[in-house]
Amino acid sequence: MSYLKIIAVMMLSALLAACPKTQVPDPEPTDVTYGGDAGADTSGADSSGMGDGEYFGETVEELGTVIYFDFDSSEVRAQDQDIVAAHAIELNERTFKNVRLEGHADERGSREYNIGLGERRAQAVRQLLMIQGVDASQIQTVSFGEERPDAIGSSESDYARNRRVEIKYTN
Amino acid sequence: MLRFLNRLPVFLLLLACNASAELVIDVQGVAQPTPVGIVPFGWEGDGPRMPLDVAAVINSDLTRSGRFAPIAENDMLQKPTDGADVDFDDWSILGVEAVVVGRVIQTGENAYTLQFQLFDTFRQRQLVGYRMPASRGTMRAAAHRAADMIYEKLTGIKGVFGTRVAYVTAEQRGRDRLYSLIVSDQDGENDHKIMESKDPIMSPAWSPDSRQLAYVSFEGSRSSIFVQTLRTGNRFQVSNKPGINGAPSFSPDGRKLVVTLGGVDGNPDIYVLDIRTRQTTRLTTHRAIDTEGSWSPDGRYIYFTSDRAGGPQVYRIAANGGTPERVTFEGSYNARPRLSPDGTRLAMVHNDRGNFRIAVMDLETKNLLVLSEGQQDESPSFAPNSDILIYATRQRGDGVLETVSADGLIRQKMASGQGDVREPVWSPFPRF
Repeated sequence: MSYLKIIAVMMLSALLAACPKTQVPDPEPTDVTYGGDAGADTSGADSSGMGDGEYFGETVEELGTVIYFDFDSSEVRAQDQDIVAAHAIELNERTFKNVRLEGHADERGSREYNIGLGERRAQAVRQLLMIQGVDASQIQTVSFGEERPDAIGSSESDYARNRRVEIKYTN
Repeated sequence: MLRFLNRLPVFLLLLACNASAELVIDVQGVAQPTPVGIVPFGWEGDGPRMPLDVAAVINSDLTRSGRFAPIAENDMLQKPTDGADVDFDDWSILGVEAVVVGRVIQTGENAYTLQFQLFDTFRQRQLVGYRMPASRGTMRAAAHRAADMIYEKLTGIKGVFGTRVAYVTAEQRGRDRLYSLIVSDQDGENDHKIMESKDPIMSPAWSPDSRQLAYVSFEGSRSSIFVQTLRTGNRFQVSNKPGINGAPSFSPDGRKLVVTLGGVDGNPDIYVLDIRTRQTTRLTTHRAIDTEGSWSPDGRYIYFTSDRAGGPQVYRIAANGGTPERVTFEGSYNARPRLSPDGTRLAMVHNDRGNFRIAVMDLETKNLLVLSEGQQDESPSFAPNSDILIYATRQRGDGVLETVSADGLIRQKMASGQGDVREPVWSPFPRF
């Protein structure tokens, strides 16, 4: 059990390490919103040490957090419905938890249009969660379009890995 | 590095200039370039040589246009620096149709006069003579301006050598990707990093006065739109709504942006955003993806991409609202519309038998011309003279930039120095 906690802590610190830093002086403190978003609760989990860490680790390990899509489709495939349902149960049981659904597209075609396609996929997962009772306030969506590929390459299998929604718990 | 290739009926000239630049440029001409003579400039000032080889900059500009073939210095029978010394027979015997002579004269510690004359060697007359002040810092810009004047005199088309391009690069740095927004001269020289982030940067757009760039940043794992002043580096967040904040493009008067907003429910629609008041006006209301809005140069219409009919096609709507009207009908995929500054042509990403390529449609005849040859070409942007476009293509997996003349005859590859280069946008003409 304890290695799951370690995984949980590792994932949290990876999340924190992934915090972006903009190098250009910014008159508006836009990064502050972001710092607060990922910062507050995770640092609490960090300091609580080995207490109840299993819960987060088990959730992530067991549920699967990536939903893949067919070409030009935003339909959640039958075999992935269970993954979404499990997250719905999770979010219904722990209403203090929030997720960010990150939608992605493969690299073909126009970049901003692909932002639209990625958002459409994130929204498909969002709708599924909400139909199963998850409150809208627990869900945030963002589309990265083709900007953050999982597989760098231009083969069909690369494209298939890139057409996805990643479910990320933000607290 | 200079080498010749045989390709198509005419020869191609590949020229890689300054390796220190972010972009290295190859020319692939398919039109017959005109032989010209650019004589090394004379130097009157302190020290052995002038601060910048002005003739070399002009030579490189004219070569890269694909329309001119400057002869080698070794082949010149004379090297005058003043128009009075030009012997026209020495040039016409070489088949040279135009010759440029000039000099740089130092007038103060950091003050110079750059002067040049352009001659028609067959008609034996001066086409233009011009002198302008310059400092060490503005010498390169002055040389580009001279090249612009020469180009316009010889072709009747306004030169764009004094303009700039903005583009985005992505580099792998260990496990991170580093995204940068770059502005450089149109020849890839003089590049500056405007902004960098570990999160994606997208969709740069020039303000009409070319002093500002609007762009999308994903810092904080959410999208927002910024407008940044190049000179100061100051930036303002102009849109940070839930969901998509994307695809900014300035209105011709510079006061507004057309943007794509998705909202909580994630349905992307076209909005007009007043930059000063941050007020938004919704233009489209449709379940489809409506995005990539772009103003017509006269300010009357906004062209955009919509998949309301199934696949993405280009539509237009009056800038103050109304019913969208479909513009493209040829092919299954037409996206990212950009109008030529003269308002006569529409550039887009077009699915050409399974390949995403750059196409230009004549708005009057509706004729569609495919200009590029890649598989993943994207982000077409017209030069301010409406005669050339820049776009992104792929070479061995990495994004690189190419330019192509609007008639498709002259294509240039601009090989990237670093990382994956994408989303080039050509600046408006500079205002002197």
